[in-house]
Amino acid sequence: MAGRLDGKVAVITGAGSGMGRAMASLFAEEGAKVVCADISGSQEDVAAAIGTAAVAVRTDVSSSADIRAMIATAEARFGKLDILCNNAGISTPEKQLHEYDEDLFDTVVAVNLKGVFLGMKYGIAAMLKTGGGAIVNTASAAGLAAWKLNSAYGATKAGVVQLTKCAALDYARQNIRVNAVCPGITWTGMVTGSAELTVPPADAPLPPGTPMERWGLASEIAAAALFLASDEASFVTGTAVPVDGGYVAG
Amino acid sequence: MRLANKIAVITGAGSGMGKAMAEIFSSEGAQVVLADISGKQNDVAAAINSGASANAVRAVPVHCDVSSEEDIQNMVATAEKEFGKLDILCNNAGFGGPMAPLHEQSLHVWNRVHDTNIKGAFLGMKYGIASMLKTGGGAIVNTTSASGVVGWKHHSVYGAAKAGVNSLTRAAALDYSDQNIRVNAVAPGTMWTGLVEASQTHAEPPADYPVLAGIPLGRWGLARDIAYAALYLASDEAAYVTGVTLPVDGGYCIGFSGMGAERPGIASVNKGET
Repeated sequence: MAGRLDGKVAVITGAGSGMGRAMASLFAEEGAKVVCADISGSQEDVAAAIGTAAVAVRTDVSSSADIRAMIATAEARFGKLDILCNNAGISTPEKQLHEYDEDLFDTVVAVNLKGVFLGMKYGIAAMLKTGGGAIVNTASAAGLAAWKLNSAYGATKAGVVQLTKCAALDYARQNIRVNAVCPGITWTGMVTGSAELTVPPADAPLPPGTPMERWGLASEIAAAALFLASDEASFVTGTAVPVDGGYVAG
Repeated sequence: MRLANKIAVITGAGSGMGKAMAEIFSSEGAQVVLADISGKQNDVAAAINSGASANAVRAVPVHCDVSSEEDIQNMVATAEKEFGKLDILCNNAGFGGPMAPLHEQSLHVWNRVHDTNIKGAFLGMKYGIASMLKTGGGAIVNTTSASGVVGWKHHSVYGAAKAGVNSLTRAAALDYSDQNIRVNAVAPGTMWTGLVEASQTHAEPPADYPVLAGIPLGRWGLARDIAYAALYLASDEAAYVTGVTLPVDGGYCIGFSGMGAERPGIASVNKGET
């Protein structure tokens, strides 16, 4: 059976763990060549596990030099760029707003918001050379609805949602679609213990407020990204799709 | 096969988006009950059955006026009788009504639009969910509209009905979030379906056919665009997605794309029905 991303070249940031790793594996299964970008070093293992369809690149998404090298890797190794998942992100400790250090605020903005800007800036430039592409940004349910004690993180993710919509309009007539996926409470690297277990243990305490009363899985975020990245979503642009167990529904 | 072993009921399955859902869902392994008031569901079912032997799927047509409680009960009962259960329900049947400023809209149109679009979705969910609860869960996909998300000039009546279905979608998602029933909506924008007269004779828009200025992607939506979104939301790939209204609208809902402006040409292509 034909893969849903046959012939596509995808770059995924934050591909060393969690949602990015799940995207890399799933996209490769569906026929894509994948560039696995991360700052952690784990991208090497993820790419090695995928095999010849993957290449790893060390990337600090807040560095424009690193982002340019990442895009150049896709072009040099696989000839083009069709799909870009700006997925890398960091969380912040829960605090009231006045307790956040300015440095921490600057850091989370640099990674979560500026990182997405840089990814799109250089990724879109590459896509324009070959006639188009699809971008999937990882935002957050916390960028759609306010989460208590998460002002800095929530602000960056709300910013990602708005960058997504604006970029969608900017490039709508140039065959570049831009969408976001908005995870809720997800069992990923941001959660202690998730590195060892792909599925949360039955006794993992679930933060309150998720109507489905369970953790989201990295694979579920990846499945949404697959839909948005694929040609099945060719009329979908500028959307921010919650994958959150009903968190923002009520 | 992304819908292997699933039983799906699709309303408005005789044409347009519902027909595309029927074709794509059955190609992904689902058994389908095709409901419509038009009679065309018989042709769609016959085409699926004649070509589907390799997939071992079957399509069963059923006459259904979605605003009739009896018809909806019969539709759900048909799924149970023919296939033993109901896993997926697409409340897709809709009626557009003419486009006009609010004060020129008639109460007759209001009643007909709301009977089909919001009462139809309510009845579908009421009886569909009751069936799903008996077998441990399911997934619902309601077809709403971008005009139920943002304002759409001269579509007050239809937009209000679709906004109501978006609200029903969120509330029902919460009602059943702990009973393994997901409820989502797909929100089409300007579609090349029954709303546009020329779509009756052209499966896809002719190259020289006008595109509404306010659609950022600059093309008409096709029935399959909506059907693929419904496939994603109905499948287990979307197991953590509920209460979501997903625009499939070429960017219409993003905002400030000019759809509030006068749109020369719409009157000539819109015959006011879906």
